[in-house]
Amino acid sequence: MSGFGNAFSSSIGKKFIMGITGLFLILFLIVHCGINALIFINDGGLTFNVGAHFMATNWIIRAGEIVLFIGLLAHIFQALRLTLENQKARPVKYAVNDGKANSKWYSRSMGLLGTLLLIFLVVHLKDFWVVSRFTGIPTVDASGHEDLYAVMKEKFQDPVRVVVYILAMFSLCYHLLHGFASAFQTLGWNHSKYNGIIKGAGVWYSVIISILFAAMPIAVYFGLIQ
Amino acid sequence: MSTGNMNLTLKVWRQKNNNAKGALVDYKLADISPDMSFLEMFDVLNEQLINKGEEPVVFDHDCREGICGMCSMFINGRPHGPKDLVTTCQLHMRSFKDGDTIVVEPWRAAAFPVVKDLTVDRSAFDRVIAAGGFISVNTGNAQDANNLPIPKMQADAAFEAAACIGCGACVATCKNASAMLFVSAKISQLALLPQGQPERYRRVQSMVAQMDAEGFGNCTNTGACEAECPKGISLENIARMNRDFASAKFISEETV
Repeated sequence: MSGFGNAFSSSIGKKFIMGITGLFLILFLIVHCGINALIFINDGGLTFNVGAHFMATNWIIRAGEIVLFIGLLAHIFQALRLTLENQKARPVKYAVNDGKANSKWYSRSMGLLGTLLLIFLVVHLKDFWVVSRFTGIPTVDASGHEDLYAVMKEKFQDPVRVVVYILAMFSLCYHLLHGFASAFQTLGWNHSKYNGIIKGAGVWYSVIISILFAAMPIAVYFGLIQ
Repeated sequence: MSTGNMNLTLKVWRQKNNNAKGALVDYKLADISPDMSFLEMFDVLNEQLINKGEEPVVFDHDCREGICGMCSMFINGRPHGPKDLVTTCQLHMRSFKDGDTIVVEPWRAAAFPVVKDLTVDRSAFDRVIAAGGFISVNTGNAQDANNLPIPKMQADAAFEAAACIGCGACVATCKNASAMLFVSAKISQLALLPQGQPERYRRVQSMVAQMDAEGFGNCTNTGACEAECPKGISLENIARMNRDFASAKFISEETV
C-alpha cells in the first residue's frame, strides 16, 4: 500500500462513496424540491417557469447536472456492488431470522427502496427531463418562458401517474429516513453533542421533502392550484 | 425453585462437518426446569442422546458466566436468544414458555464456516486481532500507571469498547455478516488510550484490510449488532473506526 492505497476499494472506503454521494443527492433534493415548490405560489406557474428556465439555461447548473448524474450512477453502482458482496458474506441463510427485534425494516430494505426509486426515476426523467431537454416544451407562458408548468399539469391529469408518484415518495421517505443519519455515521461524523441534531434533522428532512413532493401531483390532479 | 414443568420442542441444526449438508432436526424435551440455563438444557438433551446411542449436539461453551465469548447459538432468529445484554449461557429457560418450539442454528457467515452442528470456526477474528489489535512496547520494568494521565471519559469509553468478548453475535445478526462492530471495538479500545497512539493509523488500516480479506460483509448501519451485542458495544466505535480510517488514508503522511 502506498499513498491513498485501498482508500476507496476497502469496505469502509466503498461506504464512504455511498455516504458522500448520498449526502450530495440529499442536497440536490433540497434544490429540486425548493424550485418545484414555486408552483404553490399559485400564479399559474409563472414563477416556477422562471426557476425552471434558469435551471435549464445557466451553465453552472448544466455542469452541475453532469456531476449529479455521475453522483447518482456512483451511488447506484456502488450499492449494487456492496449488495452483491454482502450476499456473498452469508451464503447459507437462517431458517428463522427475527430482524424486527433489532433493527428497522427500512434500514434492512435500502436496496429494495432504492430499486423502487430507480424505477420511478426512469418514469420521472421520461416525464419531465426528456421533455425539457430534448423533445421540447410545446407552449410558452404569459411572460414568454417555456411553460414547463403546463407539461406538469397535463402529466398529472393521469391518476395512475399520480399514484405512482405518491408511492415513490413513500419509498423516498423511508430511504431517506435511514440514509440521512446513516451517511453521517459512515463518514464518522458521530458526536454525542450533535447526534441528536443529525437524527432529528434527518427525520424532519425526510418527511418534509417527501410530503412536499407528493403534494405536487395531488394539488395539480385535484386542481387545488391554478 | 420450580422444577420439571416445561415441555419443549427443539429444532436444532445438525451438520456432520463443514462439507456435509446440514438440516434442522426435531427433538422433544420433557420436564425442563425453568431455572436451567439454555446450555444446561442442551446438556440434558445431549445426555438423552448419548443414552440412546446417538451423536450429541456439538456446541461451543466455556466459562458459562458470560465473559469468555465462546457460546454462540442463534436462537429463534436472534443471537444469544430473546434477552438483551446476555450470552446464551446466561439465558434461562424461564425466558421461554411451556410448549414452545425453539429453533437453534449456528452463526451464519462465510467467514465463520460451520465446524460441526452449532460450532463455527471464528478464527477469522483471531487473524483480525493479529493484524494489528495490539501495542508494541519494549520490555522492562512497568512504569507507574499514573505517569500517563487519561481523562475519565476517555478511560471509560476505552473500557466499554474493551468489554467486547469476541463472541461474533454482531456478525451473526448483521444482515450483511459484517464484523464492523467487533473490529471497531478492538480498534477503539486502543485508539482511545495514549499507549495506542503510536500505531493508531497503521492499526486501523491493517485490521480493516484483514477484516475485508476474511470475507465479512459491509456495514449498512442497521444497528442490529449494537442491539444484539451481549456487552452493549456502541455504534460510536464504528464511527470512530471510520473516522480513523479516513484520517489514515487522507490525512496521515505515514503510508502502510
